[in-house]
Amino acid sequence: MIASYHPTLSEYLAHNPGVEGHGPWPRVHLVTDTWLALISRLPLSRWDLLAEWADGDKVMAAIRDDSDGAVAVLSLTTQDGRFPSLSHGWPSASRLERTIADLSGLTADSLGDTRPWLDHGTWPVQHPLGAATAHKPGALPLPYAFLPVDSEGTHQIPVGPVHAGIIEPGHFRFTCFGEAVVRLEDRLGYTHKGTETLMAGADLERAARLAGRISGDSTVAYALAFARAVEAATGTVIPPRAHWVRAVMAEMERIANHFGDIGAICNDVAFSLMHAHCGWLRERVLQAAAACFGHRLMMDRVVPGGVSCDLDDAGTQRLRDLVRQLRPRFEELVTLYDSTPSLQSRMLTAGVVQPEWVRQWGTGGFVGRATGRSFDARRSPGYEPYSQLDFTVPVRNEGDVNARVMIRIDEVHQSLSLIERLLQAMPPGPIHTAIVSADAPNSGNRHGEGVALVEGFRGDVFVSVRLNANGTIARCHLRDPSWFQWPLLMAAIKDCVVADFPLCNKSFNCSYSGPDL
Amino acid sequence: MLKLLLGSLLRRPPTLRTPVADPSAQEALERRLETRERPCLGRSLAIRQVDAGSCNGCELEIHALNNVVYDLERFGIRFVASPRHADALLVTGPVTTNMREALKRTYDATPDPKWVVAVGDCAVDGGVFRGSYAVTDGVANTIPVDLHLPGCPPAPEPLLSGLLALLEAGAEKTRD
Repeated sequence: MIASYHPTLSEYLAHNPGVEGHGPWPRVHLVTDTWLALISRLPLSRWDLLAEWADGDKVMAAIRDDSDGAVAVLSLTTQDGRFPSLSHGWPSASRLERTIADLSGLTADSLGDTRPWLDHGTWPVQHPLGAATAHKPGALPLPYAFLPVDSEGTHQIPVGPVHAGIIEPGHFRFTCFGEAVVRLEDRLGYTHKGTETLMAGADLERAARLAGRISGDSTVAYALAFARAVEAATGTVIPPRAHWVRAVMAEMERIANHFGDIGAICNDVAFSLMHAHCGWLRERVLQAAAACFGHRLMMDRVVPGGVSCDLDDAGTQRLRDLVRQLRPRFEELVTLYDSTPSLQSRMLTAGVVQPEWVRQWGTGGFVGRATGRSFDARRSPGYEPYSQLDFTVPVRNEGDVNARVMIRIDEVHQSLSLIERLLQAMPPGPIHTAIVSADAPNSGNRHGEGVALVEGFRGDVFVSVRLNANGTIARCHLRDPSWFQWPLLMAAIKDCVVADFPLCNKSFNCSYSGPDL
Repeated sequence: MLKLLLGSLLRRPPTLRTPVADPSAQEALERRLETRERPCLGRSLAIRQVDAGSCNGCELEIHALNNVVYDLERFGIRFVASPRHADALLVTGPVTTNMREALKRTYDATPDPKWVVAVGDCAVDGGVFRGSYAVTDGVANTIPVDLHLPGCPPAPEPLLSGLLALLEAGAEKTRD
């Protein structure tokens, strides 16, 4: 049998000229026929959906070709507010298109699931990013039609939105047969703050603050993705040192979150010793962040044009000492983790994610990498300064809770080593350059639209911005990695016992605020 | 074992020294006590945390209160899993319209006498999200608030000082 030839994304788009002023990757405006032809190719391709959102009367889709890492943004002008759904090729498009319907009022034709997603019927406005018509909310949120389970002897357990621990709000509807989970469905949107609407018309400083508060645990990653998208949109070249300071912060954020979560996962199987020790390690990273950058979570430190604070000699020394102290301590904990059968017995084979799901959903982060998908945005498409640093992307194939923990352990080791090398080779010089808006005299600014893909601790954060001529935000879309991780958690918990849910959930640690926007 | 004992003698404990109760929080609580009759809390405080739409930054720092450095429980303050077990609600986030009903019900489920602490700039007045169609600009617009602890997010130490002030306020009332 001769395998049929499938073009890469770049080859496929080669005959379609990109739209002017979009960087760093092309935006290609398609007609409906080409959009439909693209959908028909999806089942055969290795193209992953990075994001799908609406901008005015256009629907946009960012796509990455997994075979060569090429990224492109496709756009289509909707007809009477309708567009052909991408959900048949990419199941991940379903919730994105439901969100587009809620926020912008554009509807995807032949979308199977048309239940509202973020809109719980409590907003005083409908389609806030579209026509924004006034709406009188009811006294209570609208009821939600959970997916049915047709079987005798099952019972339901509703959980949330207010949970038992100190965590974000969301609703989980378990349908169980005895202790076994037959179906789990999540309903999110409780933390929807209308951030993208607030961004429209905001100046860059305010928009950057908002971007840094999409998901607080990934504030550096979001601020970085936003800044890179703005820099791409304005053709700004930032000083080299800024890239390196940004990377130090990004790796510290990664380590702090991994420490916290490794401890919390062990705590969920009643091994609180790991939790106590990991909590202390996390605290040390945050205290060092406060000492070096003036904020424990490093909020508002990455800004468009560079960074807002430099790393001085004392800070550099402090971080070197930190890495030196953390390494042996963490090593002891890894040994403890590896040699404790009670931990292993709960974590091995729990919450298995299938490789097929990861591929279909284009799932990134440690969830993807624990199931054989090696995608890491620092490596592909890659960005400064990682393109100058040699590092491997840890990948495992088991897809269970243990694999996700092991990936994070490997990433801690690697980030510690990255921080050392970043401190070693950090170039001197300025840390910020001004962003010049298009209407400034002699700005030479050809752009206006930019996108960025950045690897946060949880996975790839995608940001798209379109700027007004005066430099304010016209439209900004931010896509959290959890969009493509939540549905896999729901699938992975099937047939597990209810008691394994907290463990599996923690091993994913998806963001609520990130996808709720 | 010997190594461990020796290590414990030589190493300082990681725990932070007891911070002083936040004076401005104490003042605010005293004013609050003048306007509302509040029975005492005694020397212990059970807290139910409610995220009413935060970015999760506040949760990270509230979590940190439980770590070995801040060790909240040594002061008799602990987090509980249900509002029915709680003396106080610790509410974060600007209160999204989607969370408003859940917050109200959580408040109603908390037995009297109850205290409400709004944590973080968002919980105070909506913070950066103020004015959005999807938020209600702070906790006080949905349930009565006794104490505001601002910050974006507030670091664990000021959080701890604020909670100690709440504990003191309750205890002082006992002596009256």
